[in-house]
Amino acid sequence: MVTQTETPTRLTLRELAKKPDRLTSGHRMCPGCAAPLVVKQVLMAIDEPVVVVCATGCLEVATTIFPQTAWNVPFIHNAFENAAATASGVEAAYRSLVRQGKIEDDNTRIVVFGGDGSSYDIGLQSLSGAMERGHRLLYVCYDNNAYMNTGIQRSSATPVGANTTTSPVGKVQAGKKGARKDLTAIMAAHGIPYVAQASPHNWRDLMQKVRKATAIDGPSFINVLASCNRGWRHDPADTIEIQRLGVDSCLWPLYEVEDGVYRVTYRPKVKVPVSDYLASQGRFGHLLQPANQYIIEALQADVDRRWERLLRMAGEV
Amino acid sequence: MSDFRALDGNQAVAEAMRQINPDVVAAYPITPQTEAVQVFSQFVADGEVDTEFVTVESEHSAMSACVGAGAAGARVMTCTSSAGLALMWEITYIAASMRLPMVMMVANRALSGPINIHCDHADSMGTRDNGWIQIYSENPQEAYDNMIQAVRIAEHADVTLPVMVMQDGFITSHSVERVEVFDDAAVSGFVGPYAANFQLLGASRPLTFGALDFYDYYFEHKRQQVEAFSHATEAVLEVAADFNCRFGRDYGLFQAYRLDDAEVAVVVLSSTAGTAKVVVDDLRAQGIRAGLLKPRVFRPFPAAEIVRALSHVKAIAVMDRSTSFGSMMGAGPLFLETAAAFHVLGRAPQIPMVGYVFGLGGRDISPPDLEGVYHDLLAVADSGDVGDPLRYLGVRG
Repeated sequence: MVTQTETPTRLTLRELAKKPDRLTSGHRMCPGCAAPLVVKQVLMAIDEPVVVVCATGCLEVATTIFPQTAWNVPFIHNAFENAAATASGVEAAYRSLVRQGKIEDDNTRIVVFGGDGSSYDIGLQSLSGAMERGHRLLYVCYDNNAYMNTGIQRSSATPVGANTTTSPVGKVQAGKKGARKDLTAIMAAHGIPYVAQASPHNWRDLMQKVRKATAIDGPSFINVLASCNRGWRHDPADTIEIQRLGVDSCLWPLYEVEDGVYRVTYRPKVKVPVSDYLASQGRFGHLLQPANQYIIEALQADVDRRWERLLRMAGEV
Repeated sequence: MSDFRALDGNQAVAEAMRQINPDVVAAYPITPQTEAVQVFSQFVADGEVDTEFVTVESEHSAMSACVGAGAAGARVMTCTSSAGLALMWEITYIAASMRLPMVMMVANRALSGPINIHCDHADSMGTRDNGWIQIYSENPQEAYDNMIQAVRIAEHADVTLPVMVMQDGFITSHSVERVEVFDDAAVSGFVGPYAANFQLLGASRPLTFGALDFYDYYFEHKRQQVEAFSHATEAVLEVAADFNCRFGRDYGLFQAYRLDDAEVAVVVLSSTAGTAKVVVDDLRAQGIRAGLLKPRVFRPFPAAEIVRALSHVKAIAVMDRSTSFGSMMGAGPLFLETAAAFHVLGRAPQIPMVGYVFGLGGRDISPPDLEGVYHDLLAVADSGDVGDPLRYLGVRG
């Protein structure tokens, strides 16, 4: 069953600017952080009432310092590893209370925000369970590639070679060992109705994906690249440009999997070398040394292989 | 009209859950609680309840979903045992701190390792400081009655805390007994409708649950939880009085069995208290003034009431089906609480008190074992010498 508001707000800046902020200004997220941009875009795309469920992380701690809250929508934070299970409970309560006539069916959408730590790592089981059970909820992972809230420790979303506080660059180690986990693929393997990857620099693409996801009476997952200027070590003013490089290098392809059908939603006209993306961030600075060139070459080969595979799955080659 | 049925403890609990008809149940199977979840699943499958049943992938998610559903505004229940409760541990603390009045049945089972599926109280005792009211049940009837009362206690306006209802794994969870099942309408009339104080769904203004406290507010929030517990004792008694009025069974903070004129008394939880009653009767027939105090409510611990009820006896044995490694003498939590209560609130000179640890991992405890305890107490009472203050029953070596 697909339900949607009959006349949704058009995804134009003129129309969207009229909508009230669901995450208000005055929160304590760092200047330059991509996460609040992602949250604002996701919530702006939804016209219906929402309940936000949030995992422990920067987003949660910086927006809900008692007795203040930056959320103009119902919000719950439970723990680090259980946002999806918590949302399962909210959704079950919604179904139960509506069915019994105890609350009105107002098309409330349940949206979960978790970082890569809570989605790729400690909360993967909870996320997998919620997806398998088929709850109607949208899980948005804001992937900043490491445990930023605790001080830039590596996660399974950290790219190979990245310098973090638990995968430091040392005399015998050049940053994080091994490739990152492909959580989007894992979610697609659950066979849920909608899975996508997005980036806040392409806000219209992201918001269209949110629209599709929330219209479905079932689980959906969107993985969003969300840089952390403290951990990635870039100028706060460069945030949008850095997401763009991530996408244009095909390291973070924008695509969707709708009922098992793959579609690439944005194809760069010129495929930027991965080294351009790496050079934009201090966390990869050591990779630019000649001794580490082999890591960049291996990463480029991996990105190329994955991009070609995606194009094949989307029937574009 | 009540109905008398042959039910084991799990079935009795599932029956109570059917009659309470919670909005959401999130649960995961674990021995020996599994049957309660299975029976309830059938009620869901047959449309006998309005409950949305979330078949989670772990107990951690069970408690997490209960928190989400409870915060959303639903009446919520779950069941677990042993490792399941251990896995929930983190979130049980959050459920209590968020002041969500949910009810959970715990079929008590030993913790691993070594892995052991049989009864002891290590699981629930390990959560005794997590902010849940704890009620222990002697038999399937009490488990049924306590589940029904727990809803009212949890949701009491002066309390709003989660409640755990314990029964002994296998010993009562799997023992079929005669259980009085009340009329469905009488139970739903007793528990009444639920209206959350605060809820995510259908609220007139958006609320934030689970905010971050620094050192400027955390302490006050913890102090409020302590305050809620100070009201819980009265709420338990108020609910028990109404239960007695409607259903004709009298519950309190504990049960005193032939205690009024007792010379020696045993304090023990749950099914072992049932065995002890038989032993008390036998000893009384021999002219020995034996008595029993079976705590029903362990959290909040009714310290003053227990001291008052035992103040006339000459020797006390406090028996724990769990231990607290590295505690004073390795004594269990029930002994430690009771001893502390007498130290702070009791008269001088202190009544001789002996701690016993028994039944770990389901080790059977028989009437002769308990007879031995009473005879030990008589010797202590005669001599005034406690001897070894911490003893073990039924362990080799």
